[in-house]
Amino acid sequence: MGKKIGVFVCHCGTNISATVDVEKVAEEAKKNNPGVAYTTTYKYMCSDPGQKLLRDKIKEEGLDGVVVAACSPKMHEHTFRNAAVKTGLNPYHVEISNLREQCSWVHPDKPTGTEKSIDLVRMMTEKTRKDRSLTPIKVPVTKRALVIGGGIAGIQAALDIADGGHEVIMVEREASIGGHMAQLSETFPTLDCSQCIMTPKMVELAQHDNIKLYTWSEIEAVDGYIGNFDVKIRKKARSVDLDLCTGCSSCWQVCPCKKIKSEFDMKLGNRTAIYIPFPQAIPSKPVIDRENCILFKDSRKKNIKPNDSKVCRKCIDACPIAPVKAIDYNQEDEIVEEKVGAIVVATGFKELDDTSMYGEYGGGKYKDVITGLQFERLASASGPTEGKIERPSDGKEPEIVVFIQCVGSRDPAKGCSYCSKTCCMYTAKHTMLYKHKVHDGHAFVFYIDIRCAGKDYEEFSQRAIEEEGATYLRGRVSRIYKKGDKLVVLGADTLTGSVVEIEADMVVLASAMKAQDDAEKFAQKLSIQYNKDKFFSEMHPKLKPVESSSAAILLAGTCQGPKDIPETVAQAGAAASKVLALLSADELEREPVVAKVDRLPPPVFSTCIGCFYCQRVCPYGAIEEEDIKARDGSVIKTVARVNEGLCQGCGLCAATCRSKSVELAGFNDEQVYAEINSVEFN
Amino acid sequence: MKIKITTKELKSDFAEEVKKRSGIDVKKCYQCGKCTAGCPVAYEMDYMPNQIIRFVQLGLKHEALTSRTIWLCASCITCTTRCPKEVMIAELMDVLREMSLEEGLANPLEKNITTFHEAFLNSVKNHGRISEIGMIQEYKMKRPKTVLQDLLVGPQMLSKGKLSFLPHNIKGKDAIKRIFEKCK
Amino acid sequence: MQIEERKKIGYYPGCAITMGSSSEEYGTSVLRVSEEIGPELEEIHDWNCCGASSAHATNHKLSTALSIRNISLAEQSGYKEILAPCPMCSQRLIISQKDVADDEELKKDVEDAIEMPCDGDVKIINYLELIKNYCMDEIAEKKKKAPKDLKIASYYGCLLLRPPKVLKFDDPENPTSMEEIVEATGATSVDWELKTNCCGGGFTLSRTDVVLKLTNDILECAADAGADAIAVACPMCHANLDMRQKKIGKEYKRKYDIPIVYISELIGLALDLGPISLGLNKHFIDTKSVVNAFA
Repeated sequence: MGKKIGVFVCHCGTNISATVDVEKVAEEAKKNNPGVAYTTTYKYMCSDPGQKLLRDKIKEEGLDGVVVAACSPKMHEHTFRNAAVKTGLNPYHVEISNLREQCSWVHPDKPTGTEKSIDLVRMMTEKTRKDRSLTPIKVPVTKRALVIGGGIAGIQAALDIADGGHEVIMVEREASIGGHMAQLSETFPTLDCSQCIMTPKMVELAQHDNIKLYTWSEIEAVDGYIGNFDVKIRKKARSVDLDLCTGCSSCWQVCPCKKIKSEFDMKLGNRTAIYIPFPQAIPSKPVIDRENCILFKDSRKKNIKPNDSKVCRKCIDACPIAPVKAIDYNQEDEIVEEKVGAIVVATGFKELDDTSMYGEYGGGKYKDVITGLQFERLASASGPTEGKIERPSDGKEPEIVVFIQCVGSRDPAKGCSYCSKTCCMYTAKHTMLYKHKVHDGHAFVFYIDIRCAGKDYEEFSQRAIEEEGATYLRGRVSRIYKKGDKLVVLGADTLTGSVVEIEADMVVLASAMKAQDDAEKFAQKLSIQYNKDKFFSEMHPKLKPVESSSAAILLAGTCQGPKDIPETVAQAGAAASKVLALLSADELEREPVVAKVDRLPPPVFSTCIGCFYCQRVCPYGAIEEEDIKARDGSVIKTVARVNEGLCQGCGLCAATCRSKSVELAGFNDEQVYAEINSVEFN
Repeated sequence: MKIKITTKELKSDFAEEVKKRSGIDVKKCYQCGKCTAGCPVAYEMDYMPNQIIRFVQLGLKHEALTSRTIWLCASCITCTTRCPKEVMIAELMDVLREMSLEEGLANPLEKNITTFHEAFLNSVKNHGRISEIGMIQEYKMKRPKTVLQDLLVGPQMLSKGKLSFLPHNIKGKDAIKRIFEKCK
Repeated sequence: MQIEERKKIGYYPGCAITMGSSSEEYGTSVLRVSEEIGPELEEIHDWNCCGASSAHATNHKLSTALSIRNISLAEQSGYKEILAPCPMCSQRLIISQKDVADDEELKKDVEDAIEMPCDGDVKIINYLELIKNYCMDEIAEKKKKAPKDLKIASYYGCLLLRPPKVLKFDDPENPTSMEEIVEATGATSVDWELKTNCCGGGFTLSRTDVVLKLTNDILECAADAGADAIAVACPMCHANLDMRQKKIGKEYKRKYDIPIVYISELIGLALDLGPISLGLNKHFIDTKSVVNAFA
């Protein structure tokens, strides 16, 4: 009893037929090949008529195995397998022989291409003979989502998923949601006040019935798989009871530590030790900075419990809540567990604020050389200077401000070769904000290219030059140094072929958008892939921009790469739609092409020797340890087991296994050896 | 200036030659101008350093090799140090100077500089080390307009014993001459 | 032939600082200081000119050959290290050594031209490296006089630091080795902006106008930063800042009177070695203010 295999060779227009004699390939497939019951060629197998041909012939010829010799399986494996399903044939008896990417596109010589194609088809025919029927794996779905990160990306994704009817857990590591967008003054291209457009969304999120918000919290661990994630969240000790606190502000008004550099103000302003990061913070409840609070410093020094320190009790004394105060010095971190079905990663970016690598620009020692986000805080009405543009060194209004583009970006010598995308636009915006506030001021921008590809962006940047009078000089800056109370900027204007020396009052560096400092560790925690710049990798740069490398973990916002707010919001919506699709089914179907560690009757139980090399090489964390126990509960041996939910069928474990105990369904040893043995080696 | 490109003029050996001699790939340069911005002598040059690289990129051999720029380059290497694409601009200038001399294209307006190099190397060739007086003599003879320059410095140096009349010849003087021959 | 490992360091003065040359006080003070606190320096036998700017600017092969001959001579004498106090020489030697290591064909041509083999294992160090590696403890121990309120601007110039990937010495934008040595002598370092700027180097004769402009910027910055004197480790920088100071002042209408001292002279003064034995009487700008500060 053999299989009845049908071979369908596709012309793919001229993609295959130009360098492969497809008729000959079809002919040869039948020759000397018992079991190949039917062969044919067709111009476009993936077209509707092509698929109809496939379905018809399966039925007519009674085929129980199919080889489609065409393009890469990544293109149309699903298409042809689905066609088979419609005829009642198990789709895992349909194999693709890649004659295009692996043959016709590579070999310009027709005889060579044809001969190779004949071999490729034979290999697949032999494999098909060994194919077994496989059934998709069904997994249940927890209909809740986790959004990591409370910036605009996370907020948008959370709102979209919550509005879609599912519960959302949001975890934000700062004391308030809002992210970097909350730090911006006005946004391009509309010059909308950033917080004015964002705070309504923040409030909506806080009040949404479907959203559970954890702030001052971080992800501790993520286990599980698509539809079934077990998440451990560390609620860091805020020292404030969120249920009791009313946000009355009595505590931070009396805090004696008033000179701590504010992270929200990019170190240009100060905050207290018990604080909310900014007036519109959500939740509007404070947190104690235990690093700098004198009570906690004292308790650490004396090695006593925080509440036993008597060095300062001003905040807790000022707290009006009774009988139990809302402030609790002895509060500790708490781990909570949540179960979710899908995760959206929206952890954002970090601005390059440490310019010590730019010794030629002062390496960070000049107070009046600031970064883009620092300028945003100066321009912000809620910022350290209430929106007045002032030099950080002496508070004077700068008459000449030089803006330098591409600091840290497009600079392979300093380890960052990419373009940060947003700086051309925000620098044009900065010149406008500066001129709006300092009417007689002069703005100079040193640029290499101006990148304004978005809607209304070109007009916006031209407005900076034509209407607001910013002078754009084409060239990088080589050196900035201090002369008296001015900053001498040595740049170039390649358009006139000159060196340009400007005695500026202030310099703004458009510093790069970089991945968060702990992005690598975080990605490893979630088992998602990232690139050399530590931005999280999307599955496909064009067609799968929001999916990470792990199923049901989506990406949104700048953690995936530099982008502006419109793109972030769009991407967040896209991620949310993927989540809603995932959570719409009661069960999720997964491809059964997964690995399996053998199980045998006692006394062997499994040929697995428990070395767990497979576990070490598995990129998806899909190998688990299983204790084989005797009836009395004692462990006989510990062997590997593949978690079918996490396994992506890459086959690394099967290749690594020293005892040949792991097989990949759909690519087992029998099938692979059949392919190899079918080729005649000269 | 006008640059005309036809199938005849497309193939330029200049960039290839420069790459072969220096190992430097000028395609990496994206003309950001940082080299120009930091060049201490750019203010005096006819073409900016980034423009010289541009000439090489476009195969404009004559413009590059006849420029005053390549001679005014002080080899301070600030450009190479700060170039974001790690293009070795200063080292490229060395190659262009060598090619300029080989083709007899050195700009006559910077004859002081090329003559100085000549006088310096002649002194090394003849003695193995610099004889400052001999070198200055040759230089001033070939550049008579400079005769009055630093006229007072000479006697001052002599009185401090910082100028020797007689050249010191190293023992391996002839070996040095042979080095010069072999490296023509 | 057995080459015994020498504890002495090969001394390569170069044309500018050797006896009877225009910057001989650098050489004099280096040798005098080494007499006092070590390490032992032995002049490389029959060294030749490294070719300086003129060679590398016009003939790469010649420049490499001239430099490698000296390294070869040092190797043959068994030295493990070469001290080249003149940064032009140290830079050329290090670059040539690297060029020959990276290019087999060049190595062959050079060995053929110099008629000697060269394996390039000798380490070339500049004067600041020498002091930092071998003498900081000795200076701390043996220094006799701490100067009263002497503010020194450390001027590095180009050749000690660039190209940074090849020389790998200190931070090319904000170096501190010279300041460390200055502080070790008891003087105070001033913070100033142009310490790695170019002085115009080899254009001193051929384009004096360029040198005057560049050195004026340097002098102006050091003076405005409150420096009493400028410390240098390069004979070209010294010549341009010292010999031409009066002319710079005339040209740019500002009277400067800033002594330019070699770092070796400063160390010598701290060790209470006689100023004349250090060559401090050979400068164009009078150094007595510096000498007296140590008195």
